[in-house]
Amino acid sequence: MIEVQGLSKKYGDVLAVDDVSFSVSKGEIVGFLGPNGAGKSTTMKVLTGYLAPTEGTASINGHDISGQPLLARTAVGYLPESTALYEEMGVVDYLRYMGRMQGVPSGQIQGRIDEVIATCGLGTMAHKDIGQLSKGYHQRVGLAQALLSDPPVLILDEPTSGLDPAQIVEIRALIKRIATEKAILLSTHILPEAQNVCSRILIISNGKLVGEGTSGELLDMVSGNEEYRIRLRGGDGIVAKLEQLKGVSSVTSNNENGELACTMIAENGVDLREQIFDTAVAAGSKLLELTHSSTSLEDVFLQLTGTTGLHAEAASSAGGDTDE
Amino acid sequence: MNRISTVWDREFRAFWLSPIAYIIIIAFLALTNFLYFRTFFLEGQASLRVFFDFLPWTFMLILPALTMGQWAEERKTGTIEPLLTLPVTEWQVVLGKYLASVSLLACILLLTTPLVLTVSKLSTNGIDGGQTMMSYFGALLLGASYLAIGSWVSSFSDNQIVAFILSLAAIAVLLFVGLPFVTYFVEGGFSVFLRNLGLTTHYSSLGRGVLDMRDLLYFGSVIYLFTFLTTRMVESRKWS
Repeated sequence: MIEVQGLSKKYGDVLAVDDVSFSVSKGEIVGFLGPNGAGKSTTMKVLTGYLAPTEGTASINGHDISGQPLLARTAVGYLPESTALYEEMGVVDYLRYMGRMQGVPSGQIQGRIDEVIATCGLGTMAHKDIGQLSKGYHQRVGLAQALLSDPPVLILDEPTSGLDPAQIVEIRALIKRIATEKAILLSTHILPEAQNVCSRILIISNGKLVGEGTSGELLDMVSGNEEYRIRLRGGDGIVAKLEQLKGVSSVTSNNENGELACTMIAENGVDLREQIFDTAVAAGSKLLELTHSSTSLEDVFLQLTGTTGLHAEAASSAGGDTDE
Repeated sequence: MNRISTVWDREFRAFWLSPIAYIIIIAFLALTNFLYFRTFFLEGQASLRVFFDFLPWTFMLILPALTMGQWAEERKTGTIEPLLTLPVTEWQVVLGKYLASVSLLACILLLTTPLVLTVSKLSTNGIDGGQTMMSYFGALLLGASYLAIGSWVSSFSDNQIVAFILSLAAIAVLLFVGLPFVTYFVEGGFSVFLRNLGLTTHYSSLGRGVLDMRDLLYFGSVIYLFTFLTTRMVESRKWS
């Protein structure tokens, strides 16, 4: 339902989106994943007709975004990143206005408003002014507006930003629930969200599409490693013995208060947990701790986007939080 | 058409939901009534001439406040993005917003009728109804031209105060070029050109109660030109 061919967008001399092609079909939730400034929002702005592409074409529900912009836009429900709303309007007034602008037949507007208010959990806020609502409810009104005309295509720019954890779970469930009938493109920089919600993931970096597939396919794309963190006490030459295990590429160790902390890196797909235990027992050392981790989507993301330094730290600490 | 009236409806209501409409109306009525009645008893003559002669200047101070936020505010808050990604053309949105401001202008003019009625009661031989109607029509066209200029300025400024001052300046230029103290200093043909370019020339022509096609064409052109430029300016974001 969304077809994008060789799309590029330049801001002055800066190439924000560089030759991007992808498609989203009915029943799919495609996640647009990338660091800040990668071109996610720009691509979405082009798809919704807010910006014109510098090169390339895109069509929505079979309508070219440049040739038949109004038909293309009729097919899209859009939640912009900023979720800017008219603060002075009441929630219902705003939705009625948006419904009329989206071309919802006047006889159906009230029914549609009631429906989106129920789906987005706005019931208690329906008669307040938008200016009185919290950030989370702003986001819901934005989402309600996107769903109002029951469009076949949804483009949601960071739909869960600004929501509390309970609301995030709710909105993700909502997106999954409506997905069967629609083609959904959503952007996020939260990796677990992409993994959890999306049937397919597009990784974008510096305007270029650097990876595409299900999270399983993406994990296979990069040559990942198995990592073991071990804590031992006692035993002679244990590090040398560990190094000799088949598939081990490196062992680093250091002594902390009489305990030996080792980090072992092994080839992908090799499970060394039992051998580590046996080796430790044979060397007469006590195994205090053994943690195993394999390639995560974070590693894929970091490798594909080539982010290092601050970004990498931020991403891995974000990953750490979600593992808990 | 439907989309235009939907935009019109929202914009017109928004005026009344914010303090702007009330402040503008009160300021305008206070200013016009003060200026009018200040000299009213001195002249000892019940004429609306003074009232309509002041309008180009009072409008110049007041009307830019009506349009300054029209686009500047949408851009600043970001509401322009959901608006322009709806299945509407830029032209429809520009027109809806513009017509909403013209409607408020009509309300303002309507609120000056008590003054006119008062004067006609006080006047011994009454006032010329036809000429007064025509003067009002001229005032509406004049104000509508100011609003078109104001919309255009708002479409490229991010700051409302800047939009207000620039609109006022742009209107002042179009007012001054036609006035004698400017045309006096230039030679023959160019002087005629400047006089006809000026807003006041056409406004006072209508004020005399004469319906001249040239004046209608002039105001029509100003309004069309500036709403067209506004549309272009709003569209230009796409290629930024």
